[in-house]
Amino acid sequence: MGQYIRRRLLTAVPVFFGITILVFLMLHLAPGTVADLMGEGSGAAGSDRATLETALGLDQPLPIRYFVWLGGLLQGDLGRSYLTGHGVGDMIAQRVVPSLILTGTGVVLAVAIAIPLGAAAAWKPRSGWDRLASGLSLVSFGVPGFFLCLAGIFWFSVVLGWLPAHGMYTNGRFSGLGDLVLHLILPAGVVCISSAGELVKQTRSACLEVIGEDYIMTARAKGLKDRAVMVRHVLRSAMTPVLTTILSHIPHILGGSVVVEQIFGWPGMGSLLFSGISDRDYPVVMGVTVVMALAVLFTNLLLDLVYGLTDPRVRYGKG
Amino acid sequence: MGERQVERTPWGRFRRDRRAMACLMVLCMELLLVFLLPLVLGAEPNVSDLEAGFWAPPSAEHWLGTDDVGRDLLARLLYGGQISLLIGLSAAVISTAVGVPLGLLAGYRRGSWEFWIMRLSDLVQTFPSVVLVLCLVSLVGASALNIVLVLGLLGWTGIARLVYANTLTVREQEYILAVRALGAGRATILWRNVLPNVVAPVWCSFPMRVGRAILSESSLSFLGFGIRIPQASWGSLIQYASNLTVLTRRPWVWLPPGILLMVTVFCLVGIGDGIRDALDPRANRVIYHHKNP
Repeated sequence: MGQYIRRRLLTAVPVFFGITILVFLMLHLAPGTVADLMGEGSGAAGSDRATLETALGLDQPLPIRYFVWLGGLLQGDLGRSYLTGHGVGDMIAQRVVPSLILTGTGVVLAVAIAIPLGAAAAWKPRSGWDRLASGLSLVSFGVPGFFLCLAGIFWFSVVLGWLPAHGMYTNGRFSGLGDLVLHLILPAGVVCISSAGELVKQTRSACLEVIGEDYIMTARAKGLKDRAVMVRHVLRSAMTPVLTTILSHIPHILGGSVVVEQIFGWPGMGSLLFSGISDRDYPVVMGVTVVMALAVLFTNLLLDLVYGLTDPRVRYGKG
Repeated sequence: MGERQVERTPWGRFRRDRRAMACLMVLCMELLLVFLLPLVLGAEPNVSDLEAGFWAPPSAEHWLGTDDVGRDLLARLLYGGQISLLIGLSAAVISTAVGVPLGLLAGYRRGSWEFWIMRLSDLVQTFPSVVLVLCLVSLVGASALNIVLVLGLLGWTGIARLVYANTLTVREQEYILAVRALGAGRATILWRNVLPNVVAPVWCSFPMRVGRAILSESSLSFLGFGIRIPQASWGSLIQYASNLTVLTRRPWVWLPPGILLMVTVFCLVGIGDGIRDALDPRANRVIYHHKNP
């Protein structure tokens, strides 16, 4: 077990440094430094600027500045916004919960739909369920998320007038759970549809593979009901590849919800990213990017370890 | 399985696949339409027609009406299609050109090559791709060329993994040992003996990669961070629909680019499936075929 953990960590460490170095370099390459911006208003020239740069540590060589930045990052200090001067860490912290609500709801819905649907499609290939499953994965892959958003707004907000098309709360502040749920339905639905396709496909093929095994025939031969065979034998064995799919799709799902947040004006990390990009506020942009990438890295690492603890086969395998 | 005459060549099998052929036909027609029709019509995508006015509805002169400054929307749809399709194709070509050699090297040489190439691919895959693409495009500036480069240079990881996994199997085969014993150099082995045996899945996934790149570009342009006026792409044309009046009252503005976009991607998926079945005719059957023959 110790070796398994060591191996996982060994592959995660270079990726961790890779992420931070990449983001740091992008931040460094971005046009305009803090000194430029802070100096602008006061008409600071020559020596003032040099003082300011020394104070901000901008005269240090790049590797040193990287480690200073990394040290700050590990303590939750992501620098300050060029535009407002607020700490980027605080700005992101305010946006985490809305993002989690949106993405979480979308993913949970997607899993709740995709796993039964994929299993039903595998149980009876070429049935209605199977056609529904392949239709869903085609829509999920082929229709871009922003078009689903538009279609949703067009139909449910404008034509039917059932659902709000913007924001998280009606008057900008929390006024009951029902209001939040109403605002959540459209964006979470889009996140759900765009992430369900791959899940359905993987569940179906994982189940098909298990259904071909001899022990499934044994289970049916001894007279177990279809449903029991499916739930107790097929789905249980198919869960491992399905879990892997969910894991490897976290970045994809996050990326999708970034776009959805922007379109629906959902006050999460995605819309923060977009406003950062349009304002050329690079500390904010890079802060959101690095937080997302690190979140993905640590989730994967954590789930990998849990996986290794619960499934005895993983330990001795290639991992 | 019914006893049908078995086609021997992949192309023969592809030709018998009705769905894939239909997709190929539709895509070819669309290519003709997008690349030739503007020449035939002599359409001008960037000229304002002041007589027709702004937001003119479809008419004999402007089949899809005009946009907010009186430009012909049909011309913009076709020229935008050229940009969308070219960006998708070139980005997929670049990812393949980068991903295949890296996958081969990682799988064949193992050791530190394997470690660093695979860690680099882990690194790229940890970022939500939309986020990384957005950041880079905003840093280097949103031109068509930059979008192609960013999408192409970030999209290699999937291909590299595919090639890597297959190379790992192929390098253990006896015929590789045989050519090595015959004294062939590493480059020769990789090019003549390994590459032909690992490249099939790359062909299968290529159309889908083009589709994915087209979708990424259109999302980027839809959000206003990609192709910008005066250029057009399908994504930037759909952007008109973020105006509520356009969305509800003028569906002829945003429906055609949306439909073309989706038709293109659906066709590319269909062609990819067709290539897969044609290259490996048993792939579809093997899952129903239980262990004991």
